[in-house]
Amino acid sequence: MLELLILIAVLVGIIAVGKVIRVMELASSLKGENSWQATDRDHKNQARLMPIFLLAYFAFIIWQIVEWGGEALPVSASEHGVVIDQLMDTTWIIIIPVFIVTHILLFYFAWKYAYNSKRKATYFAHNNKLELLWTAVPALVLLILILYGLNIWNNVMEPLTAEDEPVEIELYARQFDWTARYPGADKKFGDAGVRFIEGVNFLGMDSTDQDGWDDKYVKAEFYLPVDTPVQFYFRAQDVIHSAYMPHFRAQMNCVPGMVTRFNFKPTKTTAEMKEITGKEDFEYYLLCNKICGAAHYNMKMVIKVVEQDEYDTWLSEQKEFLAVEGMQEEPSSDDPVETDSTQTNIEEEELSAQL
Amino acid sequence: MSANAHHHDNDFLFKYIFSTDHKMIAKQFFLTGSIMGLVGMLMSTIFRLQLGYPGESFPILEAFMSNWAPDGVLSPDKYLALVTIHGTIMVFFLLTAGLSGTFSNLLIPLQLGARDMASGFMNMLSYWFFFLSSCVMIASLFVEGGPASGGWTIYPPLSALPEAIPGSGMGMTLWIISMALFIVSSLLGSLNYIVTVFNLRTKGMTMTRMPLTIWAFLITAVLGVLSFPVLFSAVLLLFFDRSFGTSFYLSDIFIGGQALEVEGGSPILYEHLFWFLGHPEVYIILLPALGITSEVVATNSRKPIFGYRAMIGSILAIAFISFLVWGHHMFITGMNPFLGAVFTFTTLLVAIPSAVKVFNYLTTLWKGNIRFTPAMLFAIGLVSTFITGGLTGIILGDSALDINVHDTYFVVGHFHIVMGLSGTFGMISGIYHWFPKLFGKMLNKNLGYLHFWTTMVASYGVFFPMHFLGLAGVPRRYYANTEFPMFENLYDLNELVTVFAIIGAAAQLFFLYNVFYSIFFGPKAPQNPWRSTTLEWTTPVEHLHGNWPGEIPEVHRWAYDYSKPGAKEDFIPQTVPLAPGEIDESKEGIPIPGEHH
Ligand code: HEM
Ligand SMILES: [Cu+2]
Ligand SMILES: [Cu+2]
Repeated sequence: MLELLILIAVLVGIIAVGKVIRVMELASSLKGENSWQATDRDHKNQARLMPIFLLAYFAFIIWQIVEWGGEALPVSASEHGVVIDQLMDTTWIIIIPVFIVTHILLFYFAWKYAYNSKRKATYFAHNNKLELLWTAVPALVLLILILYGLNIWNNVMEPLTAEDEPVEIELYARQFDWTARYPGADKKFGDAGVRFIEGVNFLGMDSTDQDGWDDKYVKAEFYLPVDTPVQFYFRAQDVIHSAYMPHFRAQMNCVPGMVTRFNFKPTKTTAEMKEITGKEDFEYYLLCNKICGAAHYNMKMVIKVVEQDEYDTWLSEQKEFLAVEGMQEEPSSDDPVETDSTQTNIEEEELSAQL
Repeated sequence: MSANAHHHDNDFLFKYIFSTDHKMIAKQFFLTGSIMGLVGMLMSTIFRLQLGYPGESFPILEAFMSNWAPDGVLSPDKYLALVTIHGTIMVFFLLTAGLSGTFSNLLIPLQLGARDMASGFMNMLSYWFFFLSSCVMIASLFVEGGPASGGWTIYPPLSALPEAIPGSGMGMTLWIISMALFIVSSLLGSLNYIVTVFNLRTKGMTMTRMPLTIWAFLITAVLGVLSFPVLFSAVLLLFFDRSFGTSFYLSDIFIGGQALEVEGGSPILYEHLFWFLGHPEVYIILLPALGITSEVVATNSRKPIFGYRAMIGSILAIAFISFLVWGHHMFITGMNPFLGAVFTFTTLLVAIPSAVKVFNYLTTLWKGNIRFTPAMLFAIGLVSTFITGGLTGIILGDSALDINVHDTYFVVGHFHIVMGLSGTFGMISGIYHWFPKLFGKMLNKNLGYLHFWTTMVASYGVFFPMHFLGLAGVPRRYYANTEFPMFENLYDLNELVTVFAIIGAAAQLFFLYNVFYSIFFGPKAPQNPWRSTTLEWTTPVEHLHGNWPGEIPEVHRWAYDYSKPGAKEDFIPQTVPLAPGEIDESKEGIPIPGEHH
């Protein structure tokens, strides 16, 4: 029924437009014009629309900045992020004037030089000096941006060394949740690989590797101590995921078959950030930012940045690998991979019910 | 059936279906490409509904696609399916085959003074491979599990493992088959274009007398020939991984409750191969659009295009550099940071020839005598989108900045404006301008004006706000932004985008209507409606096999003698001999090493 109504509405619409065109064509042919050639009146009207559009476009952008600019990510919560933000600001400072000036020229010229049968256009085909100028100036500006940007890039991507005494964390991605693993008291991660995955051992820890016995892993949320560099290692079990921590200006893909890394130093605790943003319920998030399947949009973890002592307490409360229930027993082979019933898992079930 | 009637049937078949005439093939590409484009656009409005009104039920979805949208709510995996096919269609079917197929075919012989393409038969094959490819892609919508759903970039393992997402079953196989056919089509077409440009120019048509359209189509074809085979190998290896148990791209995978027997492959290899095509591909879209608008801007400003040789130079430079920048899509894949630095350097270099192009457009308008045809309006629109989108590319190309905006809506805003809008504006501009050559009829200007302004407003309304979403950290390819409290103030913005998307889609009805109405009822085209200098306007309005009834005209000057001082009219066709003492502009401008005057 609905289909029928829609079809009828569409048909009526089409016929109506056809009639309107016919009338317009008749009207113009009465005036000795045709339906395709722009007339003096057209040139005048279109020319007028040029500056109007330009102003509307600028106004639209300004409105967006006023209305939504405040929703941009708050001040960076990591050390290197502040530097990246400065680079971003510098780039904007270069880009925005270019945008404004070229747009003004474009629409000004279009308005100013609208067709007039009494005028003739100026024959101006080339000017090597001008062309050299606007090759050289962008080249120079870009060179500066390149050097500035690469300097920052090299610093950000510089791996940490033992002297930095980083906290080491492995983020493990799979459809559709995250797990964070800490190396435990020995500061060494145990070996792991997909061939060891069985039952509750969904991280694929090699239980014969003693380095792993004191490893700890958590889901749903993980903690970072403030002002200490963190070295992340990323693994993925099934497809590519991407660990995106926008508040720290940090992102790295998680690729099956390889370990990727990224490091940063968080500088603001969650509590401090609540104050800065004025949002009671502010949290740092880890998002998945590489398409990975149906629940890609809901693959998350909360990151808590806390003072060192709070971090120590929290970490000591987490179970070691060997103490995890079921890890010591022979897992039954048909057991599906069991995990804590985090929010993600509940919604995953709802989702598959819906599909 | 009498022999006569039989002959008649054959006539129809060979005139309209298995035609080897480049003008008919151009029309076929235009029609097929546009239909695909409409499908792609419709898809975008459907998934925009979900983004603008997450979880809300739409009776219309329930009515027309209840198995994809149970209770009128699009399901998450079908959302991804729509996004994937939308992207694939828009990039390849509309803006590669639709754009190049239509205009390279129509204009290369006509503007160069050739009777047809070098090989009419290959040209016909090119269309039919494209047609088959379109059919397979559309058919993939209806197979079990749905069409490919891993994004238009189809990164493995997601695209390699049916366990990972339903679309990676039969749908993905069809996607690969469709793309293989597409690549064959593209190669047949491109080789033809290249050979035709080099060999079939009429007397006097030197390389520096060719209109910029031809330069753009030529370089585009070269890009295609060099890069599409690499995509072919990429998807072939993917096909092996999927069907024959190889592991080029797979290693250490546990999925569907078991560890797979795959070892030693790397998804990163696929990404390298894909983007080796993928980046040149954006210029395969952009260059023809820029070529078309160069022509439209010069003709309607009644002025020579400023810096003709610099324009050619920047086309060449962009094409060359575009093979050296693919890594900017992979800054955060764990690739060696030094390599990332190299790719930042090469990527930002592209901005130089792009800037040259923009300044040359602006100078062409300066002191022109601008006729606002709908084609001209879309060309002006393209200059605006090319600037807006190109500038945000400077942010994305800077590896340090890309860390935080990579794969967010900032990227979606960027590439839609610089590639999506510029590409479609260029194509639409070309249709308005060369409609008389395609169909022998004129389009209605008032509908054209309405079409342009609604499209222009809606386009920025859709894509500009996406930068703000991206700066707030919203990832792309998300079914909804409702799962993160940090995005909850952005719902209104998403709704605004959706409203504009619907307006923008509806605005295309003006165009659709105009095209179909004019094909049948439009006024007959005059010989040279835009008072243009180029050769295509010397052919009869009625299509004629071989293009010119008599001799092919000889060319004596470049394509841009508009408003030349001393001339009576404000344009001098390329066929008019140089007056005694008149400067041959095709030899002026930036000197080419080794060239003698
Ligand atoms: C001029 C025409 C341009 C076109 C047609 C174009 C097209 C595209 C497309 C299609 C994407 C999307 C890739 C994806 O799906 O992930 C993209 C992203 C990108 N563009 Fe452009 N672009 C253009 C200009 C530029 C310029 C001038 C720059 C830099 C100076 C640039 C740098 C980038 C970078 C680095 C990315 C990757 C961003 C990311 O994935 O995070 N682009 N572009
Ligand atoms: Cu994921
Ligand atoms: Cu690229």
